[in-house]
Amino acid sequence: MSRQASRGTESKKMSSELFTLTYGALVTQLCKDYENDEDVNKQLDKILPSAFLPRGYNIGVRLIEDFLARSNVGRCHDFRETADVIAKVAFKMYLGITPSITNWSPAGDEFSLILENNPLVDFVELPDNHSSLIYSNLLCGVLRGALEMVQMAVEAKFVQDTLKGDGVTEIRMRFIRRIEDNLPAGEE
Amino acid sequence: MADSVLFEFLHQEMVAEFGDHDPDPSTPGGQRVNLSILESLGFRVGQALGERLPQDTLVFREELDVLKFLCKDLWVAAFRKQMDGLRTNHQGTYVLQDNSFPLLLPMASGLQYREEAAKFLAFPCGILRGSLHTLGFRSSVTASVAALPACKFQVVIQKP
Repeated sequence: MSRQASRGTESKKMSSELFTLTYGALVTQLCKDYENDEDVNKQLDKILPSAFLPRGYNIGVRLIEDFLARSNVGRCHDFRETADVIAKVAFKMYLGITPSITNWSPAGDEFSLILENNPLVDFVELPDNHSSLIYSNLLCGVLRGALEMVQMAVEAKFVQDTLKGDGVTEIRMRFIRRIEDNLPAGEE
Repeated sequence: MADSVLFEFLHQEMVAEFGDHDPDPSTPGGQRVNLSILESLGFRVGQALGERLPQDTLVFREELDVLKFLCKDLWVAAFRKQMDGLRTNHQGTYVLQDNSFPLLLPMASGLQYREEAAKFLAFPCGILRGSLHTLGFRSSVTASVAALPACKFQVVIQKP
């Protein structure tokens, strides 16, 4: 019985490793495919809707449905509430960590997520010739894609990264605008 | 712990990225060349999993033990289920059957999208081959689908 139980937790841990290892393999492949790191970052985040295929953004667009269906979280009324849900519910659910929220701008439209340990970088060491690579940039795409589906245009970017020698990993989130519902002509 | 949904979505993105782009469509077997990137990504992941998983599991005495390990531990670790069947001709060829493969499960039940299924199996084929490689066996792994979401992985161990 006890063996069974330990297997269970181990399998959860491994499935997390499967994700981080797979992501690592993907980044490695993209580094091979694109000569310079800037292009890799663009691919990981999909800054522009190019013909080439998106990643984090696309994941976010679909992940939000899974999240809303499983978490029972309703609509957020302000950006602070959004920040709470992202850090305490979403990150916990998908990556098993709870980032802390700091550095609110006075207007309340910007905040930082501080990740103590980023599970994406578990087995990673950045070689010198890839020092400008934003390894976990996928996360920014996920955040942006997911929030866009709940009518919030945001900007997400890494400002600190432990892979580059910073003490913590910090994602800066900026609220740009609320996306209005496009009602079909004739309705309301 | 990362949720398995994350892996599934990431895998779908990889299929979208590498499953279609064809460096040279005119080459015979172009489809195969296509999927080789996905397969090699899987191989790399499988190598690492093969290294990390068996730590306290067991000592592998024979080929069959290794295959059993793939069906049980590796598959549970990666896809949270065991393989549904393992058959062999005792000459180095094994057929691993999964009746509801998680990466195919959301796609269809039946024949719809059967053509697309191959793209979604290249990565897991690589995982199997990579793990075997770490455990000391050279092999070739192919997958086939008769009707979704069931699939078969055929492992042929290459004798030195």
